[in-house]
Amino acid sequence: MKPNSDNLVEIRDLHYSRNAHVVFDGVNITVQRGKVTAVMGPSGCGKTTLLRLIGGQLTPDSGSVIVNGEHIPRLSRERLYEVRRQMGMLFQSGALFSDISVFENVAFPLREHTNLPEAMIRDLVLMKLQAVGLRGARELMPSELSGGMARRVALARALALDPSLIMFDEPFTGQDPISMGVLVQLIRLLNDALKMTTIIVSHDVQETVSIADYIYVIADGHVVGEGTPETLMQEGTGWVQQFMQGLPDGPVPFHYPAQDYSNDLWGASR
Amino acid sequence: MMKMRTVEITVGALMIAGILSLLMLALQVSGLSNFFREEPGYKVKAEFSNIGSLKVRAKVSIGGVVVGRVTEIGLESDTFNAVVWMAIDPKRVNNLPIDTHASILTAGLLGDNYISLTPGFSETQFLKEGDIIPLGSTDSAVILEQLISKFLAGQASTNNKSDQPGGEHP
Amino acid sequence: MITMKRLQLLGRTGFSFMGDVGRATIILYHSLIGKPDWVNGFTRLVQQIYFVGVLSFVIIALSALFIGMVLGLQGYTILNKFGAEHALGQLIALSLVRELGPVVGALLFAGRAGSALTAEIGLMKTTEQLSSMEMMGVDPLRRIIAPRFWAGQISMPVLALIFNCVAILGGYMVGVEWLGVDNGAFWANMQSAVDFHADVVNGIIKSVVFGTVITWIAVFQGIDCQPTAEGIGRSTTKTVVYASLAVLGLDFFLTAVMFGDT
Repeated sequence: MKPNSDNLVEIRDLHYSRNAHVVFDGVNITVQRGKVTAVMGPSGCGKTTLLRLIGGQLTPDSGSVIVNGEHIPRLSRERLYEVRRQMGMLFQSGALFSDISVFENVAFPLREHTNLPEAMIRDLVLMKLQAVGLRGARELMPSELSGGMARRVALARALALDPSLIMFDEPFTGQDPISMGVLVQLIRLLNDALKMTTIIVSHDVQETVSIADYIYVIADGHVVGEGTPETLMQEGTGWVQQFMQGLPDGPVPFHYPAQDYSNDLWGASR
Repeated sequence: MMKMRTVEITVGALMIAGILSLLMLALQVSGLSNFFREEPGYKVKAEFSNIGSLKVRAKVSIGGVVVGRVTEIGLESDTFNAVVWMAIDPKRVNNLPIDTHASILTAGLLGDNYISLTPGFSETQFLKEGDIIPLGSTDSAVILEQLISKFLAGQASTNNKSDQPGGEHP
Repeated sequence: MITMKRLQLLGRTGFSFMGDVGRATIILYHSLIGKPDWVNGFTRLVQQIYFVGVLSFVIIALSALFIGMVLGLQGYTILNKFGAEHALGQLIALSLVRELGPVVGALLFAGRAGSALTAEIGLMKTTEQLSSMEMMGVDPLRRIIAPRFWAGQISMPVLALIFNCVAILGGYMVGVEWLGVDNGAFWANMQSAVDFHADVVNGIIKSVVFGTVITWIAVFQGIDCQPTAEGIGRSTTKTVVYASLAVLGLDFFLTAVMFGDT
């Protein structure tokens, strides 16, 4: 049963709260096959939580999360682990296994899920590393890599099982301009070359806009804006405008809510 | 791969050390060597009126030489006498006279109880499997408390005797 | 008012404790169910026994040697007053096999291996290695927790046995070689006093229980830790404290059950 075969991920009326704090309050998101979809929003708006909900690491309070026709929250533990093989996820830190080399990190999913002979695993790993440009770094340990390289290795590892969906959690944060450029290019290239579907979660507007086909903007548990990058940049509402342009003041005030300034300064001494 | 080998070797060494330790605890520390196999030798039964704190596996000795072990302790249902089974090693002694005397002694002041056999004088009949040393030719354990109370009672009576003459003179 | 607050605090602590026990049980259950992967699982188990067991060997053996020597020395001076030096072997062996071997071994194990386990798993959680493994379709409970749990359970009794032996040899060294207790009397008294089933086997059962509890607490604290550097530190401390308390408390309970009626 596939509700709509054009959409790989469909999120309908998603509610999720953590410790009485409402993270999502009726969110609808659709991710089309073969497209790069970006989810943007200010820090702490639950973007990473969204990816974890798609990956089934968290269970929503209500609403449905459908990936490739599978209702993620309703899956059994066993089935969930099978479905996850179709997904690749890139964590903010890269999350490489620190006790094994780059080569073994990329080989890890292959060794776990397949019974391929060692020679074929070697070839596959080298191909994936070549794709991210780090074939020469295969003998290094994760601690010897720079942040950008670690993310590229993690990307190669996420690609190892040729997933149909790949999710990036803040791929651009804390990168120098060169690694950032490399990553932006890689994400777009791999998405097109491998016929994958990509979800990017980020608050780096420029980079995201440059590669995304469709953007959702989330704030306060709601989708406040959606559309192609161009439409969002131009036609978004006040809040979306402020976010996309990076203006310091606007609908989101510069000041944290407080009592009147002069009262606060002089009031106490009275 | 070299590293994996050292890991495997050291783990193997640890396991061997563990097994050797178990063997040492079994054989050298708890003397298990005479636990698995049935106590060797022929079983002889002895009746006592009181065995004190005699335990299974206590020594059975003749003149201080260990010739066997206590294997079982029970109670005779009709006479309420304590019954002690002991296994005597035939390699040590195979010709115990039928009128052998058994007594329960204590090793030192605070030591464990053990059985001491005093061979009798019969030269034709010997104890064999299942034979009984009757109550008449056994000495029960000496219970320290009884000894002390006897001693005190004895002293008291001697005191009384010495007191009595004085008591007759008002 | 203050008593009500205290009562409330007690209730809350009780609830959170029950919650912890429940979650720890669920984690253990998920780690251990399912069919094991014999080939790879064995390699992983060996690797973990190396980290948990072999690396704890030196501290366990050294402590055992010193404890045995102290026992020999102290036991000798006391027994000497009663002219009962020949019972030294019995004193050393019984106290070690019944109590000190399993308990001190377990306390050292909790300090060395338990804390390392918690820190390792906590670090894997903090750096999202566990999450990323989960997203790769590999169950971290089975892949990471299960081999560590089994390794702890296997290593602890082995280490306790080694502890006993080394300590008895230490006591032998001091008692017989230095202080001149008769060699034959030392071992003979030991052999007549120590019963294989009642003492040695019960000691092993104790250490198996301790090994289970320590590794269980350690892996749970690792999984449950706050994913920050501070959180790892706190969880590591918790592991050592809880595991030590659990060992001492369980020891009393087990001793009462095993040796209580004699």
